[in-house]
Amino acid sequence: MLKVEDLNIKINDRRGNTIPVKDVDFEMDRGDILGIVGESGSGKSMSALAIAGLLSRHDMEKSGHIIFEGVSLLNCPRKVLRKIQGYEISMIFQEPLTSLNPIRRVGWQVEESLRIHTTMDKAERRERALKALADVELDDPEAVYNSFPHELSGGMRQRAMIAAAMISEPRLLIADEPTTALDVTIQAQIVELLKKINRERGTAILFISHDLSLVNTLCERVIVMKDGLVVESGICEEVFNNPKEEYTKGLIAAIPKNPFSERK
Amino acid sequence: MRYALRKIATMFITLFFVSVIVFFSFSLIPGSPAMNKLGTEATPESIKALEHEMGLDRPVAERYGKWLLGVVRGDFGKSYSYNQPVTKLIADKLGATLLLSVMAIAITILVSIPLGIFMARKSDTKLDIFLSGFNQLIMAVPSFFSGILITLIFGVVLRVFVPGGYISYKTSLIRCIGYLVFPAFAIALPKISMVSKLLKDTVMAESGKDYVRTAYSRGNRTKSVFYKHVLFNALIPVITFLGMAFADIIAGSIIVEQVFSVPGMGRILLSSISGRDYPVIEAIILLLAFFVVLSNLIVDLLYHKFDPRINV
Amino acid sequence: MDKSKKSKFITGLVITGIIVLLTLWGMIKTPYDPYAMDSGAKFAKVSFSHFFGCDQFGRDVFSRVLIGIRETMFIAASVVFIGVFFGTILGMITGYFGGWLDEILMRFNDAMLAFPSILLALVIIGIFGPGKYQLIAALGIAFIPSFARVVRGEVLKIRNLDYVLSVKLYGASDLRILVVHILPNLKTVLLSTVIIGFNNAVLAEAGMSYLGIGVQPPEPSLGRMLSEAQAYIYTSPMSAIFPGLVIVLMILGFSLLGDTVGKKH
Repeated sequence: MLKVEDLNIKINDRRGNTIPVKDVDFEMDRGDILGIVGESGSGKSMSALAIAGLLSRHDMEKSGHIIFEGVSLLNCPRKVLRKIQGYEISMIFQEPLTSLNPIRRVGWQVEESLRIHTTMDKAERRERALKALADVELDDPEAVYNSFPHELSGGMRQRAMIAAAMISEPRLLIADEPTTALDVTIQAQIVELLKKINRERGTAILFISHDLSLVNTLCERVIVMKDGLVVESGICEEVFNNPKEEYTKGLIAAIPKNPFSERK
Repeated sequence: MRYALRKIATMFITLFFVSVIVFFSFSLIPGSPAMNKLGTEATPESIKALEHEMGLDRPVAERYGKWLLGVVRGDFGKSYSYNQPVTKLIADKLGATLLLSVMAIAITILVSIPLGIFMARKSDTKLDIFLSGFNQLIMAVPSFFSGILITLIFGVVLRVFVPGGYISYKTSLIRCIGYLVFPAFAIALPKISMVSKLLKDTVMAESGKDYVRTAYSRGNRTKSVFYKHVLFNALIPVITFLGMAFADIIAGSIIVEQVFSVPGMGRILLSSISGRDYPVIEAIILLLAFFVVLSNLIVDLLYHKFDPRINV
Repeated sequence: MDKSKKSKFITGLVITGIIVLLTLWGMIKTPYDPYAMDSGAKFAKVSFSHFFGCDQFGRDVFSRVLIGIRETMFIAASVVFIGVFFGTILGMITGYFGGWLDEILMRFNDAMLAFPSILLALVIIGIFGPGKYQLIAALGIAFIPSFARVVRGEVLKIRNLDYVLSVKLYGASDLRILVVHILPNLKTVLLSTVIIGFNNAVLAEAGMSYLGIGVQPPEPSLGRMLSEAQAYIYTSPMSAIFPGLVIVLMILGFSLLGDTVGKKH
């Protein structure tokens, strides 16, 4: 479904040339959950944004291939890319508060993909949006639909973001550190929700995180990135229990251990 | 709704304060208006008699109460120098000033918002640098000078209008507007520069925000990202600024009226200041304050509508 | 400072420098007696002997502009001085002590600020009557609230800084803290406010004098020259344009400096 080959991203700005993503390769099938871990600056978010078609700065050079369902996302016309964005590939972000438009009602934003990509009328869209909000386990979809983002809690906002991303039933959901800004308990709930979405609808999820343990609870496979390079990849369990690279070991060692519970 | 009611209440409280300050400061001025009226030759008896007739021998608080009651009913008392009710004196002058102010406000909004959008879309091009520099220059031109330049260019050289040829809106509203366009532009020019620059800056600032990335991720075209997401967020600070600009425009129209010989409240205010005709000054200041506060109220309500985060 | 800011700053500095030089010139000596009427030179054209030409009485416009700049600078400086002096005292007292005094003064301040300062100045002129010194007083008073507000905000911030709190622990008196420790810290914020205030004062003075309620004739003032020249705009437009351009330059120079010297928050 998704194939990333030799992805390179080069930025030429005033400070000179930097290459935040170097020769990244990976593949995803329908229904896969793939994790990308790394520290900030490792190129993981940059790769995700490239797949979502959100890198369009003019001081940037992109090379390699991103093939999604036979379409080359890196060099297709913007018109073709826009047809895929928000319809077949959706994305959720780290900060649900700032990622939502502060002066539009949540319902309006949840429906946005339908307004852009379908010919549904107002009533249909509303019905779909309410269902999407209910699907992300929000208690009172009607109330959330009519709220403004600042009136919701952090966890509710991220659920609303997920509802907005899932309303068009995309094949791929890119989640860029979706739980980092949330409390630990809410984090776990959101991860469970993503699991359920994957299980029930078969949506593939590309999960970007700096937290290897979180990736381990959600993903089947993982890619470890450092300084723009893929340093290790494989089945999650294996990488976690038997890391080959020093860097990966370091990431695992950095996970705070809970002294009262034994790790599996 | 409750918000609106509270704002309206605040508006009347402010106006009340203004009325107190204005009335009492004019009562504190040494020298009796009666003496001014009769001249230095007058006998103490005749001054006393006139003071009695004008009600000036009553305590200040009582005079204020009486005046305020009149004001509420639209009666601002009697002019010292014209021997006419103030209301009658300023009624049609008020119309000219208001029409001018409203036109200036309309021109400011109609020109500055598209201009600001245009500048933001052309940001960092040569055209934008040129427009920004031009804006900086325009901001430094006082409206009475731009008024003179407009008179010179459009009145004297191009002969598009006749300087000083004001036609009352009672005679012909269209021809009146046709004349007032020029002074209204003179008042609006510096505000247009300020508002368009502010809008450009806020659009640029909003464009870098996270929700814009979200909007793109849903497949929005650049145009819809701009008009459906960025623009309204960027307009919020602009609305606040417009509120302050309206007050300046109303005050500024008094000066520009003089440049274009518009018989509005400006001229009668100036002659009343030199003639120490306090009831007229008080009435005009209070009326202007009323319109300033009213325009602020409208802006506040608009602001409230635009920005759901304001709940106070 | 990035490039565009730097070029703005330099342009502002050059323009303001020219204005200061012209002010000094006007203080020392003018090419002609600005009051001397010369019927032969009536509406004289721009030339080497009369840089800006002559007005309806044959007075040298350039000499009158020099005096006008001097007057405007004097008035604006006095206005800003009054505004800063009383505004700082008021802002420091209310910001430092807080309490009911602060409450009352700030409510009053808000009411004044809701009012355009030109309108406020008109009320005060209405009370004092027209004239140069009345104008200074009127504008000065009208400017106090905005200065007081800026100073108060800054004092509120400084008052809770660690070192001020520790000086207080050592038993320094309130007066000493205000004068020795807080006042010097107001410099930066006052600087940009003063520049903006100066600009507004120039604008207000020119406007009031244009209306005829500022500087009184025969004394020249830039605003007054504009209104006098306007009557002869068909025959001698230059007598209006030069004083106007000088006002534009003054405001442009200060606003460029104000934009670049310390950002107002």
